[in-house]
Amino acid sequence: MTSNDPPASPTAEAGHILPAAHFDALLTLLHEDGFDVRGPRVQGGALEIGKLPNAAALPQGCSATQEPGAWRLQHTGTPAWFGITHGGMSWKALLHPARTRLWSAERTADGFSVHEDAGPAKPFAFIGVRACDLRAIAVQDNVLQRGPYVDAVYNARRNGAFLVTVDCAEPSGTCFCVSMGSGPAAGSGYDLALTELDAGSASHRFLVRTGSRAGEAVVQRLGLCEATHQDSASAKAIVEGASARMGRSMDATAARATLSANRESPHWQDVAQRCLSCGNCTMVCPTCFCTTVEDTSDLSGDIAERWRLWDSCFTFGFTHVAGGTVRESAGARYRHWISHKLLNLHEQFDESGCVGCGRCITWCPVGIDITAEVAALPQDVS
Amino acid sequence: MTEPLKTLAVWKFASCDGCQLSILDCEDELLAIAGAIRIANFTEASSHVIDGPYDLSLVEGSITTAHDAERIREVRAQSRFLVTIGACATAGGIQALRNFADVAEYRRVVYARPDYIETLATSTPIAQHVKVDFELRGCPIDKRQLLEVLSAYLHHRKPVISTESVCTECKRRGNPCVMVAHGTPCLGPVTQAGCGAICPAFNRGCYGCFGPMESPNAASLADRMAQLGMTEPELQRVFRTFNAGAAAFRAEGERHGR
Ligand code: SF4
Ligand code: SF4
Ligand code: SF4
Repeated sequence: MTSNDPPASPTAEAGHILPAAHFDALLTLLHEDGFDVRGPRVQGGALEIGKLPNAAALPQGCSATQEPGAWRLQHTGTPAWFGITHGGMSWKALLHPARTRLWSAERTADGFSVHEDAGPAKPFAFIGVRACDLRAIAVQDNVLQRGPYVDAVYNARRNGAFLVTVDCAEPSGTCFCVSMGSGPAAGSGYDLALTELDAGSASHRFLVRTGSRAGEAVVQRLGLCEATHQDSASAKAIVEGASARMGRSMDATAARATLSANRESPHWQDVAQRCLSCGNCTMVCPTCFCTTVEDTSDLSGDIAERWRLWDSCFTFGFTHVAGGTVRESAGARYRHWISHKLLNLHEQFDESGCVGCGRCITWCPVGIDITAEVAALPQDVS
Repeated sequence: MTEPLKTLAVWKFASCDGCQLSILDCEDELLAIAGAIRIANFTEASSHVIDGPYDLSLVEGSITTAHDAERIREVRAQSRFLVTIGACATAGGIQALRNFADVAEYRRVVYARPDYIETLATSTPIAQHVKVDFELRGCPIDKRQLLEVLSAYLHHRKPVISTESVCTECKRRGNPCVMVAHGTPCLGPVTQAGCGAICPAFNRGCYGCFGPMESPNAASLADRMAQLGMTEPELQRVFRTFNAGAAAFRAEGERHGR
């Protein structure tokens, strides 16, 4: 193809249009297809991911400000349905749950029997996945599904999940997806990608791009009209506007060299003065995947259970071996964490472990900022 | 071959009885406890006392009198395994506030006949007096953790008791952080897990009932709480509650209030 002349009228290349008034048709279809439909919900002054019965349950009229150590819900009355970027909870909570019982065992007359818990009864449909979080799901896919060891819990929850993304119009003060190449428009891996257009007007609608056969089938069954190039241009402008308003930035390539060159920097001691080793950054990070297992038995000794929990590299237990804890200082623990995100994952999986969502910055109780800590290290001049 | 049941004794020192009540609060599990261990000496529950020695002693309360400092040695001598339960036994409790004050003056203010009162100038944890095999934190202790310690003891395994921050439990539970989302000061980042992050689940900051976590950075948290509007006396006060005598909280309390 050589000519880039846009066709005069509607074209499937530009995507399709889902009028806001018909958004519930999408949700109904997914419910009828047997999906467990989840989306952003405002609860108790925070944004969570909950069951999404209909569009009215979306955080319409709400925004949020984010800065290091602070997330505040604002009832701005914005007409946008997806006006809040994200909260502390990510889709990780559903795909790679914080606590899972791996199995239980019961003593029997002639030994013992083992029971494994079944996976979720229904596949998930996620509504409103942000571009950074879509990348984060891909990072976890690589770690938990694509290696030689497939994680059964993740696999059961991830397979068959239907992902509907929403491009960001208003990035938060801690977002830096542009630096990490992950947003603000969804890359690949979605079933449907939405861009919210003209909220608050009679023509409030969503531009819909399809990213999979399953997505195409849904668009067809909904009977959506094709979008115009004008719609695409509007969506592009929204994404460009968001790109220009990133709260933060980081030179991801330079960061790798900087971290390699600063293993022994005194700056880690400076971080240690501030870092609480509380583990919040790892828990909210949508790519952090580490877990620990706990074995318990009941009083009678007849029942034993093995549970798997989110672990954190900020704890002593994480590197506890015979003789003690390897990373005893908070500086060593923070250095490990930031290096794993920005440097080591490249070596292992050929991609960054950070997607620039900014959660670790916002949800750190003392506001330690991954972008600022990298910037504070002496640059590698070699 | 069935082994005879191990024997259990529960002892009280300076305390409010709350932790002992947590044992009785295991309503659904009480029969299982009674079936797994012989409750030989638990006067809060029964006046029927079987003489020691005992396989396992649970000790509640702190040492605040010369008499108790003697008595804990006798308890230790009668116990094969000794577990302290609760903030009083593990850190000196709320009564360790006396460690920062003049006890003679307290005595005059509180009692009509101060000359009747015999007390030490300090409230100290059991581990400062005798060897302790395991410390179970909390004010009061958490009943699931107590059952875990009992089960682990009975089945010769290490109890699964985390020494990490309350934040790890808080996040796993899916609570939105009250510090970040509401600006509410919270001791969770410097406090040991165990309660299940109850207070943040009800939009309150953590009060530090389980004492300092494994690597507490109380100074950094206090700086942040000051930014959120806490005054110096308030900062001193939050570190001077049930675990005022625990090293990290005591040190941070001493940094503030002046
Ligand atoms: S390291 Fe921080 S900014 Fe990067 S993906 Fe994790 S939480 Fe988001
Ligand atoms: S960087 Fe922040 S969130 Fe992470 S462990 Fe340190 S204080 Fe906690
Ligand atoms: S509410 Fe408290 S315990 Fe929970 S994450 Fe925030 S600081 Fe930690």
